[in-house]
Amino acid sequence: MTHTTPTGWTLIFSAWLIATVSTLGALFLGEVMGYTPCLLCWYQRIAMFPLVLVLAAGLFPLDPRVVRYALPLALAGLGLALFHLALTAGWIPENLKPCQQGVPCSNIPVIWFGFVTIPLLSVLSFLLISGLLLAAHLKGSK
Amino acid sequence: MKQKTIFIVTATVLLLAFVAGALFYTGQQEEAANQLAVSNRDALVRTHSSIAGKADAPVTIVEFLDPACETCREFYPMVKQIMADHPDQIRIVLRYAPFHPGSDQIVAMLEGARHQGKFWVALETLLAYQINWTQNHAANPEAAWKLLGGIGLDMEQMNKDMNSAETARVIAQDLADAKTLNVTMTPEYFVNGKPLPSFGFDQLKALVDQALADSKAR
Repeated sequence: MTHTTPTGWTLIFSAWLIATVSTLGALFLGEVMGYTPCLLCWYQRIAMFPLVLVLAAGLFPLDPRVVRYALPLALAGLGLALFHLALTAGWIPENLKPCQQGVPCSNIPVIWFGFVTIPLLSVLSFLLISGLLLAAHLKGSK
Repeated sequence: MKQKTIFIVTATVLLLAFVAGALFYTGQQEEAANQLAVSNRDALVRTHSSIAGKADAPVTIVEFLDPACETCREFYPMVKQIMADHPDQIRIVLRYAPFHPGSDQIVAMLEGARHQGKFWVALETLLAYQINWTQNHAANPEAAWKLLGGIGLDMEQMNKDMNSAETARVIAQDLADAKTLNVTMTPEYFVNGKPLPSFGFDQLKALVDQALADSKAR
């Protein structure tokens, strides 16, 4: 078996790194900068935050089967993030908007460099994590 | 073990970066808020603003208040206590920040009461019985109107004053000043022109104590 392959460990570690940076970033935006997360943001947080702990637990000792538990979270998060991105970009009509009260999900509080929004970062994070976990899974099954 | 080291170092670096970033950001925000208040001094007090306490008190607390806000209700007696602890030393300026739905109607009633010299009675009554006229963070003007009927106001005159152009102008002015001073939550306090560094009663008390000490040193 390939339990000690550095590549498998590195892949899962990279996924953990992205999840942790994303989690801290979300906490910074919410707790430090004071942006109230909208409903969809909360659902994405629900998918992202546990990845930090689940992936870390799979690193010591390396357990490639952590992918089985982490990938569903990452894919669910990716789906929500894509939906959120579509909403903010206006690809989905207003009446599909699932949140009326509080902060509307179509709200765009920050834009960096003219095109980087929080939902876009979320999509990228979940996409990268899913990709890395899939790669780790393929490595492990060989 | 090398992998463990990488993990621990990475985790520590990320956490430290988060804390450092947070400290840096809040420091910058505090500086910006102070600067904003300094460059917009005239937005703190307007001629229509209700003021309680000695006119030449050395310490002025400006409070942006929403009568429908629960935290405003909780803070009100505490602020009153600070003022009672330092008689003649502190005056309070009350500004309207009707952020809750329906709250602009309540503020209009307060304006009506102000024209009859009953602003503070009306405010204290509204706050004391807030639970009777607010539901789910929305004000119920009818219930508030009934409540104010019991404090000896000329309700007919009140109705006129509430809906006057002057009242609308006052509310618009206070909201505009709140926007200028970046007041986004209630209650917000400015003590001798200085905003709270972060929200909390202890922070308010510290700011007031500092202002009192400064006034005595002069």
